[in-house]
Amino acid sequence: MNGVTILFYFFIILAGVSAGAIVFSKNVFKSALFLLVSLLSVAALYVLSFAEFLAVAQILIYAGGILVIIIFGIMLTTKISGRPLVVENTHILSGGIAGISLFILLTRFLPSLPSGATSGLQPEDIRVIGLAIFSRYPVPFEVAGLLLLIALVGAAVVTSHLKSKA
Amino acid sequence: MLPFHYLPYLAAFLFCAGLIIVIVKRNAIMVLLGIELMLNASNLNLVAFNQQYPAELHGHIFVLFVIIVAVSEAAVGLAIVLRVYQYYQSSVPDEIAELKG
Repeated sequence: MNGVTILFYFFIILAGVSAGAIVFSKNVFKSALFLLVSLLSVAALYVLSFAEFLAVAQILIYAGGILVIIIFGIMLTTKISGRPLVVENTHILSGGIAGISLFILLTRFLPSLPSGATSGLQPEDIRVIGLAIFSRYPVPFEVAGLLLLIALVGAAVVTSHLKSKA
Repeated sequence: MLPFHYLPYLAAFLFCAGLIIVIVKRNAIMVLLGIELMLNASNLNLVAFNQQYPAELHGHIFVLFVIIVAVSEAAVGLAIVLRVYQYYQSSVPDEIAELKG
C-alpha cells in the first residue's frame, strides 16, 4: 500500500465522517462547515480519480460559491439573541428508516466495479474537456448558460421586494 | 492501482446522509444543505463509473452540468428562504402551513 492509496482511503473516510457529522450536528453553522470538509475531500477524490478539471470546478463553485451563499443565508435567517443556531429534529424514526434502508438497498445491488480501472484521461484533461464542450456538447452548454441567467434573474426578483429592517 | 470500487459505496453513504438530513432537520437551510450533499453523491458516482470507460468523458461533462444546476438551485432556494423568513419570521418548513386544508 503506497502513499497515494493511503490518501485515497483517508479522503473517503474524511468525506464519510463529515457527512455523518452533519446528521448528528445540532448547529447550522457547524453543519455548513462540516459540509465544506466533505465537499473538499470529494474534490481531493476527484483529483485522485484523474478528474482535475472537476476538482477545480468543485472547489471553486461548491466550496467557494454555494457554501458562501449558505453561510450568508444562515446569517440572515437567524435571530441575533437567544438560541439562534440550534436546529431540532423531527421524524427521526421515519428519516432513519428511509435513509438506512436506502443505503442497504443501494449497496446490496451495486455492480462490482473492478478495482484496477485504468486512469481516465490523459495529462491534457482540461484541453480535452474544453474541446468536447465546444464541439460535441454546444447546445447543452448554451442551455446551461440560459438556466444560470434565469436563476440569477429569478433570485434577484424574488428578493428585490424585501423591506430593509433597521 | 487505487481502490476505485469503494467510491460508489461512499456515494451511497453520502446520498443517504443527505436524505436523512432532508427528512429530519427542522430548518430550511439544513434541507438545502442535504440536497447539496445528495447532488454531490451523484457526481461522485458519475466520476467513479466514468473510470470504466477511459476514452469517453460523458460522465465528466455531465458532472459539470449537474454542478451548474446545483448552483442555480442553491441561489433560487436561498432567495425563497430569505423571502419566507421575512414574511413569517421563521425558517422552519413545518410552520409554514397556511395552505393546509
